Amino acid sequence: MGKKLLLQHDHVPGIHSYEVYRKHGGYASVEKAMKQLSAEAVVEEIKKSGLRGRGGAGFPTGMKWSFLAKPPGVPRYLVCNADESEPGTFKDRYLMERHPHLLIEGMITSSFALGANTSYIYIRGEYFYVSRILEKAIEEAYANGWLGKNILGTGYDLDLYVQVGAGAYICGEETALLESLEGKRGNPRIKPPFPAIAGLYGCPTVVNNVETIAAVVPIVTMGGDEYAKIGIGKSTGTKLISASGHINKPGVYEIELGVPVEEFIYSEEYCGGIKNGKQLKAVVAGGSSVPILPAHLILKTVNGEPRLMSYESLSDGGFATGTMLGSGGFIVMDEDTSIVKNLWNFTRFYHHESCGQCSPCREGTGWMEKILHRILHGHGKISDIDLLWDIQGKIEGKTICPLGDAAAWPVAAAIRHFRSEFEEYVKNPGSIQDVKHYYRLNNLTEA
Amino acid sequence: MNNIRFSDESLALVQKMIQRYPEGRQKSALIPMLHVAQAEFDGWLAPEVMDYIASLLNIQPVEVYEVASFYSMFNLKPVGKCVIEVCRTSSCWLLGAEDVIRHLENKLSVKVGGTTTDGMFTLKSVECLGSCGTAPMMQVGADYYENLTLPKVDQLVEKFRHDGKRKCYTDQPENVTI
Ligand SMILES: Cc1cc2nc3c(=O)[nH]c(=O)nc-3n(C[C@H](O)[C@H](O)[C@H](O)COP(=O)(O)O)c2cc1C
Ligand code: SF4
Ligand code: FES
Repeated sequence: MGKKLLLQHDHVPGIHSYEVYRKHGGYASVEKAMKQLSAEAVVEEIKKSGLRGRGGAGFPTGMKWSFLAKPPGVPRYLVCNADESEPGTFKDRYLMERHPHLLIEGMITSSFALGANTSYIYIRGEYFYVSRILEKAIEEAYANGWLGKNILGTGYDLDLYVQVGAGAYICGEETALLESLEGKRGNPRIKPPFPAIAGLYGCPTVVNNVETIAAVVPIVTMGGDEYAKIGIGKSTGTKLISASGHINKPGVYEIELGVPVEEFIYSEEYCGGIKNGKQLKAVVAGGSSVPILPAHLILKTVNGEPRLMSYESLSDGGFATGTMLGSGGFIVMDEDTSIVKNLWNFTRFYHHESCGQCSPCREGTGWMEKILHRILHGHGKISDIDLLWDIQGKIEGKTICPLGDAAAWPVAAAIRHFRSEFEEYVKNPGSIQDVKHYYRLNNLTEA
Repeated sequence: MNNIRFSDESLALVQKMIQRYPEGRQKSALIPMLHVAQAEFDGWLAPEVMDYIASLLNIQPVEVYEVASFYSMFNLKPVGKCVIEVCRTSSCWLLGAEDVIRHLENKLSVKVGGTTTDGMFTLKSVECLGSCGTAPMMQVGADYYENLTLPKVDQLVEKFRHDGKRKCYTDQPENVTI
């Protein structure tokens, strides 16, 4: 069994309630931060821990926190990103639904460290029922003196609110999220200025993912140095992985960073192998935005080393033969999966979710969707494959926000690793029939 | 238009929402208020409803329209009492979301986006709802329905029809105790 820091009490009945959470050591990080440490010392612990943002980009959290501008007399904000809309990712929901107080505790400790007196949790609108769970936990925290005025007699005040969104993937991008929180359309802002200088209401702001904020709790409690001993190299600590697709045991798993991918897919402790005794074909390891890898490259790096579940190992080989840990949305595909059809599904998603501000993203995603649709339906030409390659290359790096890259990478990777499958669709449209009958495996007709 | 007005209960809730933001930043309450409005006024945001929200926040109606039209959860046309939203993205798709959608289209005799003639159901397909480990899935009102099979979908549709109630995102969820 790997080490568990966030889901340590996952099997404790009633852990979502204040009493049970508190009985199991809950809110100790707040006491330690406010009574034994100082705000600056908490930031130091986070730096020492090596914690990297769990929302997708993996930016060092301690460094992000130390960039926060502190002009006198100007409020600072901490905003938790609970938008969780990256296809294949459902760990934040799991954490908030089952361990709401862990997030609330993390928000209090982090807000104290950053000197924020008002903080918001921005949660996607579809998780409305989860927002109620959080609101109840917040009420309990107020009632027990962890929120409000003069917390623990330190003179520090904090108000914490939950804000619901209303359905838009782009609002997970931090500046779009801030726009949305200000009551506007979720159009990403041009950077700089970065939120650390001018974020919510033009004030210095830190935006962190739910899991990042939750990880602050064990880090402060155990100390940054201890946390840094867990994991492997610069991938310190544990990570929640959302495992889905053609596996026997889909779900959220907390892994110690560094577990071999092969063990993660096949061991009973985690995914339990491929469903229906099929062979593994491909994996999208970090949410829909990261490059897809064929079985041989996800299990081993191009040098024949076992691939590990860590930031470095997954990106070993660059985009030519590697991928990214991303949000930890681990989507497994078996031998019967059509890579072309899956790519069409992703591309349709990005086209639908583009905010429309930049032409390469707005137009390019639509063109790619259209071309993939025609390839899928037997009307494609070989030159269409090159055209797709060309379009994705003209989106990547040429847009206001990284959604453009996120739309381009899956296309590039699918062509890079599975070009022959695209060619097959073009040359032999009959093969499409097989794909249509693929759902017989899903047994949806059984109760 | 003049008779559009929140119930006292909703009005109190909305007043509380407005206080979550610093002075002068009350527009931040717009999206939460639109959720309350959609739940109260038949599941969609008619222009009069949006104008009413604008008046409460002291902003221009166009500021409400541009926001309401950006977000997929806001309905700008009338919808059925139960809006069935089936996830059509990656993991759900790999595990049969298309079958679920086709089955519902046949069962309800509507296409995706359509509303049944009796005004009971609207069928929508939506993007990943963060339930990929329990795919395929759909959302109706506040609740997630997961690990769907076709018989399970049939049962749910019958249950909704029997209840005959309007379902909203803001409802107390039935599947989860809070
Ligand atoms: C299109 C897009 C969608 C994103 N969605 C999310 C999301 O749902 N949740 C999240 O935490 N970060 C998301 N991010 C990353 C955020 O912009 C930001 O980097 C993150 O919240 C920072 O938190 P962290 O450092 O704790 O990871 C998204 C980024 C992009 C470009
Ligand atoms: S890259 Fe796409 S989503 Fe991002 S700002 Fe440009 S158009 Fe909008
Ligand atoms: S893919 Fe359907 S819930 Fe994520």
